[in-house]
Amino acid sequence: MNLLDMTAVELSAAIKDGKTTAVDAVRASLERIEEKEAFYHCYITLDREGALAQAQAVQARIEKGELSGPLAGVPMAAKDNLCTAGMLTTCASKILGNFVPTYSAEAVLNLQKAGAVILGKTNMDEFAMGSTTETSAFGETKNPWNPAHVPGGSSGGSAAAVAAGECFYALGSDTGGSIRQPASFCGVVGMKPTYGTISRYGLIAYGSSLDQIGPLAKNVADCAAVLEAAASHDEKDSTSIERKDMDFTAALAEDVKGMKIGIPRDYFGEGLDKEVKEAVLQAAKVLEEKGAIVEEFDLSLVDYAIPAYYTIAAAEASSNLERFDGIKYGYRTADYEGLHPMYKKTRSEGFGEEVKRRIMLGSFVLSSGYYDAYYLKALKVKALIKKAFDDAFAEYDVILGPAAPTTAPKLGESLADPLKMYLGDIYTIAVNLAGLPGISVPCGLDSAGLPIGLQLIGDCFQEKKLLRMAYTYEKARGVFSKAEKEAR
Amino acid sequence: MAKEYETVIGLEVHVELATKTKIFCGCSTAFGGAPNTHTCPVCTGMPGSLPVLNKQVLEYAISVGIATNCEITRYGKFDRKNYFYPDNPQNYQISQLYLPICRNGGVEIETEAGGKKVVGIHEIHMEEDAGKLLHDEWEDCSLVDYNRSGVPLIEIVSEPDMRSAEEVIAYLEKLRLIIQYLGASDCKLQEGSMRADVNLSVREAGTEAFGTRTEMKNLNSFKAIMRAIEGERERQIDLLEEGKAVIQETRRWDDAKGESYVMRSKEDAQDYRYFPDPDLVPVVISDEMLEDLKSRQPEFRTDKMARYKEEYGIPDYDIDIITGTKRMADLFEETVAICGQPKKVSNWLMGETMRLMKEKEVDAEDLHFSPENLAKLIALVDNKAINGSVAKEVFEVMFEQDIEPEQYVEEKGLKTVHDEGALLKAVEEVIAGNPQSVADYRGGKEKALGFLVGQTMKAMKGKADPAMVNRALREKLAE
Repeated sequence: MNLLDMTAVELSAAIKDGKTTAVDAVRASLERIEEKEAFYHCYITLDREGALAQAQAVQARIEKGELSGPLAGVPMAAKDNLCTAGMLTTCASKILGNFVPTYSAEAVLNLQKAGAVILGKTNMDEFAMGSTTETSAFGETKNPWNPAHVPGGSSGGSAAAVAAGECFYALGSDTGGSIRQPASFCGVVGMKPTYGTISRYGLIAYGSSLDQIGPLAKNVADCAAVLEAAASHDEKDSTSIERKDMDFTAALAEDVKGMKIGIPRDYFGEGLDKEVKEAVLQAAKVLEEKGAIVEEFDLSLVDYAIPAYYTIAAAEASSNLERFDGIKYGYRTADYEGLHPMYKKTRSEGFGEEVKRRIMLGSFVLSSGYYDAYYLKALKVKALIKKAFDDAFAEYDVILGPAAPTTAPKLGESLADPLKMYLGDIYTIAVNLAGLPGISVPCGLDSAGLPIGLQLIGDCFQEKKLLRMAYTYEKARGVFSKAEKEAR
Repeated sequence: MAKEYETVIGLEVHVELATKTKIFCGCSTAFGGAPNTHTCPVCTGMPGSLPVLNKQVLEYAISVGIATNCEITRYGKFDRKNYFYPDNPQNYQISQLYLPICRNGGVEIETEAGGKKVVGIHEIHMEEDAGKLLHDEWEDCSLVDYNRSGVPLIEIVSEPDMRSAEEVIAYLEKLRLIIQYLGASDCKLQEGSMRADVNLSVREAGTEAFGTRTEMKNLNSFKAIMRAIEGERERQIDLLEEGKAVIQETRRWDDAKGESYVMRSKEDAQDYRYFPDPDLVPVVISDEMLEDLKSRQPEFRTDKMARYKEEYGIPDYDIDIITGTKRMADLFEETVAICGQPKKVSNWLMGETMRLMKEKEVDAEDLHFSPENLAKLIALVDNKAINGSVAKEVFEVMFEQDIEPEQYVEEKGLKTVHDEGALLKAVEEVIAGNPQSVADYRGGKEKALGFLVGQTMKAMKGKADPAMVNRALREKLAE
């Protein structure tokens, strides 16, 4: 078996068995990167020498028996909004184009403790604002299934790198679907855990109340292993939750007998691509055949999720991004007279169009006289959406639907009409508003050969149900990798 | 006849809390570190850093709220106040707008007329301090020191209940004493650990409606506050008398010039776009926590005064002065606990301590001689090891440097000489050397003895027991 075709868990087992080494795995990944990066541009920063040095250190520890987990020695990548000590962390923005943090995100540290080897930092939409990775200040990433198409976003670099074999797994962040949607477009597994499960310390914030870090992986087993290693209760993050049920890999069983699946009719209406709809409903049938009980129901409020989300996320972003001012770090404009012109020019030049649009939107909804009408109302909608999910989870174990209304659009199609792009988040956004876990699992290809993602949504802290169901489905579905598909 | 005007004043008082670490990170709050040495990613606004509330800040804020009769907000939040300035590393300050920790309280003050009135407290909220800008004129640049960034503050907002500078001072002194008694802050105006902004308006006596108010900043002492209030009252009255309107604005007081100037008008007021900080969880105060903090409230001044009267039996005047500051009361109680002589301790505090404080312009909060050393000094006098005037000499050194008195007396050879032979020799010499005074005394002028005692003490280099000198002289002169 080609080393690069292994999953993360298979690779770590092979390293432990002495069949290969962490160093060989890094070398193979770097070779793949050399070969493919010019086409896909998954990475903003590559740390070739650092990765080899890390691999040597990790290999030594594996040989001494100090590291034995399912990710030990496995090369991975982190989205470029996760701080990495000593390594450029740009958020795909000119304004942080030269920013090297002195500290690492807690999730990155947790993975390093588990023996992860960081290859580099993946491309993304600038400050995670976008659904295509086209708003990056450092060029777009292309979808490895068809380079004329986008990989999705904002964690598009992470999803594409996993799909292209340029890493074994990656970390992404999901504020409104930014893990699940690119996972869907790139044919990989992506999961957003319950809000508070993975520490946000060191994640450069977009919408703080919605942001969650999560894995993008080749399959469900890898996804569970990464989630288990990255999650922790972190006192540095006030919103981090202490959980006793974070042995996520224990949930990997092929058994959905008696589990109740709810299919929201609202997720299958207007705007949903016919091929996506068919593939997702087919996946539901597969689960039904495995013993799950499948029912349709009305979730309600789906239409209100997008305006509520863009109000809350933009409001938080407008404040979170104030610290990028040219004073302390990052980009500062070359010529200025006085403080305020320096602020204005620095931020005008440092931020891209989409970021500026959201800062303006967020500043507007928080401004005096509009706060109640927009921001407070959005918070009320958020509470109602959570209630609608609570009601649904009183009935169902898992909610099943598409991750995105379409497969990956062509490059250059989306940014011309941002409102339309925002509507593409319709199935993922409510999950963030309600703080729920959600996972996207590949469930087919459309007639153009682009992947389709099945989304499973669970109640808070029910990641294990999601993983069990996703794992069961994946086993029934069979292999789904780009390499395998191409070979066929 | 000129119109009568009434002054209406409300205060916004910022108090820096005495926590060891900052409000949202573990950095030290200590003064005087080299620039940017008490900093971390959180208090310098680095990307990806997150705030975590220091529980001690919450406890101090609630304790001040309890002591000022406030309602404690059981479900509170922190809000972001957004504005761009380089001393504010995130470009938002974490504060409380919508659900402040304490509301609807008040403290009782004594008015000039001798009556009592309550000054209402609208709210108390917690917030973080900003860093400090340093302007380097030589290099034509500005530098930022974030050591103060994230130091915890509470802001105490009063109702517009004060009517004179005297009432303002009475209110501030009351607040300061309460907070000092709680140990929540040292409340030093000069050093900025207590800062007051004065909101002032005037209205014609007898009218109900408030006039237009101004806010006065940069008031660094009680005297500056008094002067600023007088100045602003007159400025507003002059405007009204001239038929002009008072403009709602923020002004900065220049105490050296005795006048104020406009910092910004209401039209320039920024929209701070306050909203709840999503990085912090709601502040939920449990019954247990509230009860615990209530039970840990210290003995405040009124109770202390009553206890001093009963327990120590010292004069009311002494009690008033000693309980007037936390530091003085602590010194008193701790010294009495060691030596068991309240009257003598009180005398040292009321006499020499007050004298030296005045002479050397030292505030009670800055007294740093220890109760142990004061108790030892009292014992030295009691044992007649030193006499009263030597004790005062020693105390003055103690006041400055907190020296250990026994050792100091020993080293400097200040012990009283109890050698009768030496004393008799000195007495004989003094009698022989001052025939006129001797004759005067023997002729019935009792006063002349004082002179001879002084001469003998001088001959003994001050180290004799004055009672012994007196007795020896009388005996010798009677011969």
